[in-house]
Amino acid sequence: MNWDIMISSVPTLLSGVPLTVQLVGLGEILGLVIACLATWGRLSGNLAAVGVSRLYVFVFRGTPLLVQIYLIYYGLGQFPAVRESVLWPILREPYWCAILALALNTGAYTSEILRGAILTIPHGQVEAARACGMGRWLTFRRIIVPIAIRQALPAYGNEIILMVKASSLASIITLLEITGLARRLIPQTYAVFEIFIVAGLIYLGLNFAIAQAVRWAEWRLTPHLRARA
Amino acid sequence: MKKTFASLMIGLGVTALSLGLAAGGAEAKEWKKVRIATEGAYAPWNATDASGKLVGFEVDLAADLCRRMKVECEVVGQDWDGMIPALQQGKYDAIMAAMSINEERLKVIDFGGPYANEPTAFAAPKASPLVKFDAKTDRVDLAKDTAEGKAALEALAKALDGKTVGAQTSTLQAAFVERYLKKSSLRTYDKLDSAGVDLSAGRLDAIIGDRSAAEAVVKTDAANIVMFGPNFVNGVLGQGMGVGLRKADGDLKALFNKAIAEANKDGTIAKLSTQWFGYDISVK
Repeated sequence: MNWDIMISSVPTLLSGVPLTVQLVGLGEILGLVIACLATWGRLSGNLAAVGVSRLYVFVFRGTPLLVQIYLIYYGLGQFPAVRESVLWPILREPYWCAILALALNTGAYTSEILRGAILTIPHGQVEAARACGMGRWLTFRRIIVPIAIRQALPAYGNEIILMVKASSLASIITLLEITGLARRLIPQTYAVFEIFIVAGLIYLGLNFAIAQAVRWAEWRLTPHLRARA
Repeated sequence: MKKTFASLMIGLGVTALSLGLAAGGAEAKEWKKVRIATEGAYAPWNATDASGKLVGFEVDLAADLCRRMKVECEVVGQDWDGMIPALQQGKYDAIMAAMSINEERLKVIDFGGPYANEPTAFAAPKASPLVKFDAKTDRVDLAKDTAEGKAALEALAKALDGKTVGAQTSTLQAAFVERYLKKSSLRTYDKLDSAGVDLSAGRLDAIIGDRSAAEAVVKTDAANIVMFGPNFVNGVLGQGMGVGLRKADGDLKALFNKAIAEANKDGTIAKLSTQWFGYDISVK
């Protein structure tokens, strides 16, 4: 173990944290929008919408993220039609390709989390809301969404942590996030263990913070489960 | 929570320690079997054919050198990124993967040879103005401080100002870009082939690599990509390609050096080089 290399690699690797956070943050926001649309389609009862949502989840949950990143970055760029389209300024950049792949991937998993959460809501509660005279939208907003969020939160926290780790795959399309920087440092120093251990610790730190934030959110959202003061 | 974290750290430490010990176990022995690592993705130096077999100039040269050293050889594939650490850990005994001899590498490993030396070159899309770039020379020796070479480097840096250049991660060519083309942005790839795909897609303005590797990229999309600019040698680009060896294996280095000298003398290297590259890259 070379402690000097470990210590000197810390600032370089930390400089990759903002990019990792951006990839995960933007990927999660975009992914959540996609997931809501997919869940809505899946539960809509419309045959075409159900079909499209199921196909989307089937494809993006059933293939490796690595393959999805390669296909979006190297695959799409091979078609002249894509290169001449209005989307090219976005798809040209490895940054947006990585965010797109992460969003589509997490969207598929998240839509299943949301669907499961909505389906666990007891019928009685919806019926009670209706009996009180609430309309569809009001029932959705006041009864379904709050219960579903509580149900989904632990699994969703898990998904965010998986995304932080998955973002390391963005290094294969030239992005210099934490793993990308580690891979660039290693051939300069040939210290594989030292540098990957530091990179691993940075990921641990990020995920520790996320786990704490999710725990705090769970605590805030479940006042009815806490002992009364 | 704290307890699990501490035990995890201990676990990591123990693993790292035991692996460190395993790496230090090199001892003097009679060489009967030598395992040689190559990348298998750097045609024509080394490549992987459709059936997954390793082929190329270095695979053929390794077979010839092993016959001269009277040892049994096995050529294994290894990713470029972990090539030197895996040598130090004893996963194989030698590297023949178009690896240039340079000071940074000499700090951690030893080299037999060099067995070949080839120039660095650029490629760009045919439609690019770079194609018309004229450095007024075909070959720049970075070890020699000539006015002509300096002018060529300055002209190149100006032509590539603000452009994006692709290179393979942690190669001498990537170092060349960082040293001489400070106003260009460098994007690094695991393989030059991948940089070639991005050059065809228009994500890069130029790629830099060993002449043969850049030519191989041009071949994949000859309708749209061409070579441009002069060839560069020496200096930051290294002293030619050598057989990477552990520092402890001086006896193996002596064996390789003798075999390489013989193969160079009887023209085997020149012959293999012409066969694979179409030109002679043997060290004169």
